[in-house]
Amino acid sequence: MHRTICDFALDLVQNSIEARSSLVMCDLFETEDELTVFVADNGCGMSPEQLEKARDPFFTDGVKHVEREVGLGLAFLAQAIEMSGGEFEIDSREGQGTSVKFRFDKSNIDTPPVGSVANTFFAALTYPGEHEMVINRKYSDSANVFSYSLTRSELADAVGGFETSGSLQLLRTYLRSQEDVSEEKAVGRKN
Amino acid sequence: MTLEELRKLREEQKKSLSRRSTDNKDIQIIVGMGTCGIAAGAKETLDAFMEELDEQDLSSVKVTQTGCMGLCYVEPTVEVIMPDMPDVIYGKVDPEIARKIIRKHVLNKTMVNDHVFDRPAADIVEEGGKQ
Repeated sequence: MHRTICDFALDLVQNSIEARSSLVMCDLFETEDELTVFVADNGCGMSPEQLEKARDPFFTDGVKHVEREVGLGLAFLAQAIEMSGGEFEIDSREGQGTSVKFRFDKSNIDTPPVGSVANTFFAALTYPGEHEMVINRKYSDSANVFSYSLTRSELADAVGGFETSGSLQLLRTYLRSQEDVSEEKAVGRKN
Repeated sequence: MTLEELRKLREEQKKSLSRRSTDNKDIQIIVGMGTCGIAAGAKETLDAFMEELDEQDLSSVKVTQTGCMGLCYVEPTVEVIMPDMPDVIYGKVDPEIARKIIRKHVLNKTMVNDHVFDRPAADIVEEGGKQ
């Protein structure tokens, strides 16, 4: 089972990339009380039959791992949501794409910690592939309000690609600078 | 920081690129970031690699992610490929072991023996999962 809410978000983003999408969108909106994640792609999508089985941990399309019969990402998320009283929606159309939205109530004792948002965006943006990715982040509580957007191609251009440790380090520094306020709060809160 | 400041930072980095930094361009670190890896903390492992590479002034190392390497029971898993060393897959790589891999394997060419867990599963290699 994933430890943080950010782990669930990263898993969904990877699903989208692996669905042969050319565009992946990810919104991560957080307030004092709740955290909402929306991930959408224009990848291969699922048929109604596949969508029906998507939450089954013992179902997989068999393409990614031949002879294995597990698909745990969505199943983990559905279970965590069920435990903590959040919300989870998935919509998919074969040949058009998939969108997943989930919301956690941060005050529920069974809600996982938020985790490091900067590390999550770093891993999501640098996962290999030729796709475009757009991330929107909003944060607000009684003391702080901030928002920013990240576009994968724009960042790759600014740091000189995502291949070498020097370029990746620049990206890491940039992402941390965007999240300064909330990372401090996350550590003090539940990490 | 703005995007413009990020671009300037890159220009400064290019100018100050040390000889030692370009010497490590044939080193590759591949972090397994499948569902099993994420659940075991691979995101923190990746971050620890980045931190240690920065501390050791290694700016030309290739750092990539891949899916499940077929060793879910010892996640997080990491493959290290570099000259003069066998290709090695390390398992149970938490942030502390990640730093150890940079210091011992990459810099001193000595394997971190307690965490060596062989090669990826055959199906992953055939499908090109190993980059």
